[in-house]
Amino acid sequence: MNINPNSKLKNNFWRDVRFWRIAMQIGVLGLLAIAILILWDNLDYNLEQRGIELGFDFLRSQASFEIGEKPIPYTPADSYLLALLLGLLNSLRVMVAGIILTTIVGVSMGIARLSDNWLVRNLSLIYVETFRNTPLLVQLLFWYLAIFLGAAKTAGKIQLFGFISLTGNGLEIFGIVLSPEFGALLIGLTCYTGAFIAEIVRAGIQSVPRGQWEAARSLGLKPSLAMRLVIFPQALRVIIPPLTSQYLNLAKNSSLASAIGYPDVYFVASTTFNQTGRVVEVMLLLIGTYLTISLSIAGGMNLLNRYVQIKER
Amino acid sequence: MRKWSSLLVALMLAILPLAACRQRTEKAGKQTVSRLDTVKQRGKLICGVSGELPGFSFVSSDGKFAGLDVDVCRAVAAAVFDNPNAVEFRKLNAKERFTALQSGEIDLLSRNTSWTLSRGTSVGLEFAPVVFYDGQGIMVRKDSGIKSLEQLKDKSICTQIGTTNEQNLSDQMRQRNIPYKLVVFEDINIAYATYVEGRCQGVTSDRSQLLSRRSTLPKPEEHLILDTVISKEPLAPAVAKGDAKWHDVVQWSVYSLIGAEELGITSQNVSEMASNPNPEIKRFLGTEGELGTGMGLTNDFAVRIVKHVGNYGEVYDRNLGSKTSFNLPRGLNNQWSKGGLLYSPPFR
Repeated sequence: MNINPNSKLKNNFWRDVRFWRIAMQIGVLGLLAIAILILWDNLDYNLEQRGIELGFDFLRSQASFEIGEKPIPYTPADSYLLALLLGLLNSLRVMVAGIILTTIVGVSMGIARLSDNWLVRNLSLIYVETFRNTPLLVQLLFWYLAIFLGAAKTAGKIQLFGFISLTGNGLEIFGIVLSPEFGALLIGLTCYTGAFIAEIVRAGIQSVPRGQWEAARSLGLKPSLAMRLVIFPQALRVIIPPLTSQYLNLAKNSSLASAIGYPDVYFVASTTFNQTGRVVEVMLLLIGTYLTISLSIAGGMNLLNRYVQIKER
Repeated sequence: MRKWSSLLVALMLAILPLAACRQRTEKAGKQTVSRLDTVKQRGKLICGVSGELPGFSFVSSDGKFAGLDVDVCRAVAAAVFDNPNAVEFRKLNAKERFTALQSGEIDLLSRNTSWTLSRGTSVGLEFAPVVFYDGQGIMVRKDSGIKSLEQLKDKSICTQIGTTNEQNLSDQMRQRNIPYKLVVFEDINIAYATYVEGRCQGVTSDRSQLLSRRSTLPKPEEHLILDTVISKEPLAPAVAKGDAKWHDVVQWSVYSLIGAEELGITSQNVSEMASNPNPEIKRFLGTEGELGTGMGLTNDFAVRIVKHVGNYGEVYDRNLGSKTSFNLPRGLNNQWSKGGLLYSPPFR
C-alpha cells in the first residue's frame, strides 16, 4: 500500500470503479477456469481409474467397417478420420438439400395458408397441423418403412410427374438415384421443418400492416405482384430470425439418420467409439462438428438478416 | 457491482460441490471399495441385459426376465444373496452397454457381448468366462436362392449399430473382394423390420441371435440361415476393469454353473450330494475348505447357485435346448469331456 500522508485527497486505486470492473472480470474468469480445471481433472482422474487414456491418435488407425453411402471413395482399409469425413459429407448433403427444399415447401405452404381459395387454405392447414404435432422420429420411420419400403414393395414402381419414380432401390429423380434411407430422411426432415416454416411465413405476412396491401392495390398491383413486391420483402424482416432457428433444427435433427440406417456423421461416430472405446474424444469431435455447422448457418442467416432489414437512408 | 458480486458467490457455490466430488472419488479410489461391497450394501444386483433376444434375455409370458444371459445374472445374485430374484435388470442397446458399465450404472453386463482384445483393453472391460460360443452368420430369404457369401454380391445387408458384426462382415467381404451395401440401424427391431420389408436381401448377426429373431418373424419358415460362419463370437459377461474381487465373484459364479454340470450336480440332487464322499464335490459344495469366504462370499455359494438356477446344462436346456422351440444342439457349448469347449478350472 502506497499511502502518501501529504495527499489524503488522492484516490487509492481500490476506490476506483474502473479498477473493480476489470478486477471482477478477472476474478470471474479465474473462477471459471478453476471450475473447468476441476471438471477436467475429475474426468482425467476417473478415466485413469478405469485405465482409459485420452488422445486422438486412434483417428489414424484403420476403420475396418463398411459405410453404405460413399460420396467420396472409401474402403474399410481407410482411417477413422476419412470415415468420419465421409459421415460429415453425408450429413452436409442432407442438410443442404433439406434446407433448400424445406424453404420452398414452407414458404409455399405459408402463403397457401392465407389463400382466398378454401380448399388450398384448408389443405395447407391440415399439412401444418399434422406434421407439426407428431414426433419427427415417428414421421421418419413412417416415410422409411411405410412409404419407401412398403409402397415400393406392393406397387413395384410408383411414378410421379413422369420424372420422379419410387422403387425398392430408392427414389429416382431425372435419372439420379437416391437411396431409400437418404430419400426418407430428406423428405421427413423437409416436411417436418416445412410445417414450422409455414407458420413463421404466415405470421410474417400477417404482421405487415393492412395499409400496405391497400397501398399496393391502389397502385394497381395484382395480388400476386403485391405479395411479391410489397408484402413479402417486408415480411422477411420478421421471418428470418425464427427461420434461422428452424434451419438449425433441421441440421441438428438430421442426426436422427441412424434410426433409418442413413450413415451420417453421428452414425459413423457411434461406430467409431464402439470399436475404439474413445467415447469422450468422439463426443468432443461430434459436439465441435455440430457447433461449427450450426454457427455457420446462423452466421450466414445473420448476414442475410442484415441485408433485408430497413436501411437508414 | 452488486450484480457481479452475486455472480461471484453463485460461481463459488457451484464450485464447492465439484471440489467435494473430486475428494469423494479420491477417497473411494484409495480405499478401493469393491463392487461386491456396493452390491451387498444395496441388497440387489443391477444387471445389464438386452431384453430383446428370446433365449438369452427376454420378458417371458409370465412377465419375468428369462434366458441364458438372465440366468447368469441370477446365478451371481444367488451366490451373493441366496436369492436369484435380487436382481434389477436394465435393458441396454448395443451402443449403450459399455458406457453403462464404465460409468458404474450397472454392476454386471450380461448381454450377449463378444469377448475381443480391444474391448478388454481400450474399452476397459474385464470379461468373465465365456457362457456361449457363437459365430456370426447371415440370414436370407429362402426364395432368393442365395446359398453363399459370393451370391450376396451388390446386395444390401442389414445389421445393428455398435456390434462386432459390422467389422466382421467388412473383413470377410473385403478378403473375398465382394462389393455389397451395408445398411446399419440404431434399433435392432428396425433392422429386422427393414429386412422383412425387403430393403435388404440379407441380415447379419450372431447365429444364435438370428435363430432367436427368426422365431419372432412373421413367417419363420421362409428364412434361411446360411451355413457359412464368418467369425468367432465368444459371448461372455463382463465387469468394469480394475476390480479383481468383484471379477472373481462373477467369474467363479459362471464356473460354478459349468463345474456343477461336470460333477453331475443338478438343482434336483444338490441336497443329496452334500453327503457324497468325493472330496472334489465336498469342496465344490463348501462342506470342506474355505473357498467361498476367501472370495467375500459364503462357503456354500455354489450350492446356492445350483439350487436356485441349476447347472449350465439345465440353464441351456431351459433357454435354448430341446425344451424350447429353438432346439439348438449343444455343439461347442458342451463340456470339454463331451467334445465342447466348456471347461471349469478345479475348485480347490
